Amino acid sequence: MSQAIVVEDLAYHYPALDADSAPSVFEDLNLQVEQGSFVALLGSNGSGKSTLAKHFNAILLPSGGKAYVYGMDTLNEDDLIAIRRNVGMVFQNPDNQIVANVVDEDVAFAPENLGISSAEIRRRVDHALQQVDMYEYREHAPHLLSGGQKQRIAIAGVIAMEPQCIVLDEPTAMLDPKGRREVMETIRRLNAEKGITVILITHHMDEAAQAGRVVVLHKGVIRADGTPKEVFSQVDMLHELGLAAPETVELCYELNREGMELPLDLLDTESCAQTLYECFKA
Amino acid sequence: MLKDITLGQYFPGTSLVHRMDPRTKLLMVVVYIVALFSAGNWISYGLVFLFLAFSIKISKISLKAITRGLKPVLFIVIFTGVLNLFFTEGTHVIFSVFGITITWEALERAFFMISRIMMLITGTFLLTYTTSPIALTDGLESLLNPLKKLHLPVHELSMMMCIALRFIPTLIEETDKIISAQKARGADFETGSLMQRAKALVPILGPLFISAFRRADELAIAMECRCYQGGEGRTKMKLLRYHRLDLITFGVGAALLAVVFTLRAFGM
Repeated sequence: MSQAIVVEDLAYHYPALDADSAPSVFEDLNLQVEQGSFVALLGSNGSGKSTLAKHFNAILLPSGGKAYVYGMDTLNEDDLIAIRRNVGMVFQNPDNQIVANVVDEDVAFAPENLGISSAEIRRRVDHALQQVDMYEYREHAPHLLSGGQKQRIAIAGVIAMEPQCIVLDEPTAMLDPKGRREVMETIRRLNAEKGITVILITHHMDEAAQAGRVVVLHKGVIRADGTPKEVFSQVDMLHELGLAAPETVELCYELNREGMELPLDLLDTESCAQTLYECFKA
Repeated sequence: MLKDITLGQYFPGTSLVHRMDPRTKLLMVVVYIVALFSAGNWISYGLVFLFLAFSIKISKISLKAITRGLKPVLFIVIFTGVLNLFFTEGTHVIFSVFGITITWEALERAFFMISRIMMLITGTFLLTYTTSPIALTDGLESLLNPLKKLHLPVHELSMMMCIALRFIPTLIEETDKIISAQKARGADFETGSLMQRAKALVPILGPLFISAFRRADELAIAMECRCYQGGEGRTKMKLLRYHRLDLITFGVGAALLAVVFTLRAFGM
């Protein structure tokens, strides 16, 4: 399968007057993201997740090493627009991403920037709004919508560019449980049905558990990389990094400390309950 | 309390006025203001009034909304009226008390000025009541387009206006939140002298400015992520087009101006 994003020996220093004293976020980071995959990026605050994500669409440029997006080097300025239209980015606060005061005008913002004809923009906007299930709100004012709805508008605004990859930087952090569910469902659907590569930065372990691959970043170094089952079963390592495993795994982990012998790779409530039931019956 | 601000309020609708091209409406407001200030007698004045009344009628905006718009300027209206009433010289005295003389000329002039201010405000309100802010900025950008040749940043200006309008409700909400937070910690905004109250506003403005800058920064990054590169090579989803309705409106506007100017030329 082709690679959507390849990061080679990436180094990044915050800009500073004195190059030697500039704090570095990472040194020699390597990561590859396959086209069509769903990757969750985990890490405590200050681990460099957001900084890394901003390298995926050339918002930040590497101080050392290379970042390739669909084969294009982010350091090459001529490819900038091609990179950004292929890798869309959604941020934490929906209020600060919405440009216009009518929903469809906002979704039209990106295609308008790309210089697409107005009939084609209309088609893309309608299609994008249908994909995030917000078509009936196209004439509404964004500030009157709920957080989850606003975030889905922001996602629509990105998929109207028809990108091959979407990077979401804690898209659910400011949402209530209902909004979180709506957004996660939209993300999963885009990945499964449209084959869009999804890179999800999150603090919620149950959201990361829905991904196909989990990458744990700590102080600019990748500490774990694998399927959710592989990563979340390393409970001690997660605790050491200030993270937690999903609640089901944490429960089994606590019970194991009390002398039980449960597997640590039960990510959904159903299978966890089933295992516990069988364990107590025996 | 901040939610009551009606600045640039828009009432969605499908009336004839709503369906007009924003450029038509902008130009008609200019025509209307010129006509209003050129009208020198009661006949042309009446015509301008009829034009306004007709526009309000076909816009289907309720009179209640119109009078609400006039409320904030009530003080200026009364002030102008009183000033004109007392300080206009005239010969036909109605009555004279304590050295204050009120004449027919003064009464006429006061009425004239009051109605002019009210008509001016109502006419311009009709524009913002029937045109969405986006349509308004689009119209303005399109009308100012020729100025691009003079290297005026027309697109940037309209983009700024659009974003400013978009963030008004967000920042109002934020201000309300900050006020509540400061009140919860014992800040007092309602009592004290004017000076003290002004000073009490400082702890609101500080956080508000900081958060506005933070928002601006995030918005700029989000706009860059969506391939924004300025006005160059940008297209529009909703294209502005003049229709028959706009042509008719221009005809009416031209006729109004012609009549007002003719009446003026004959010194009536």
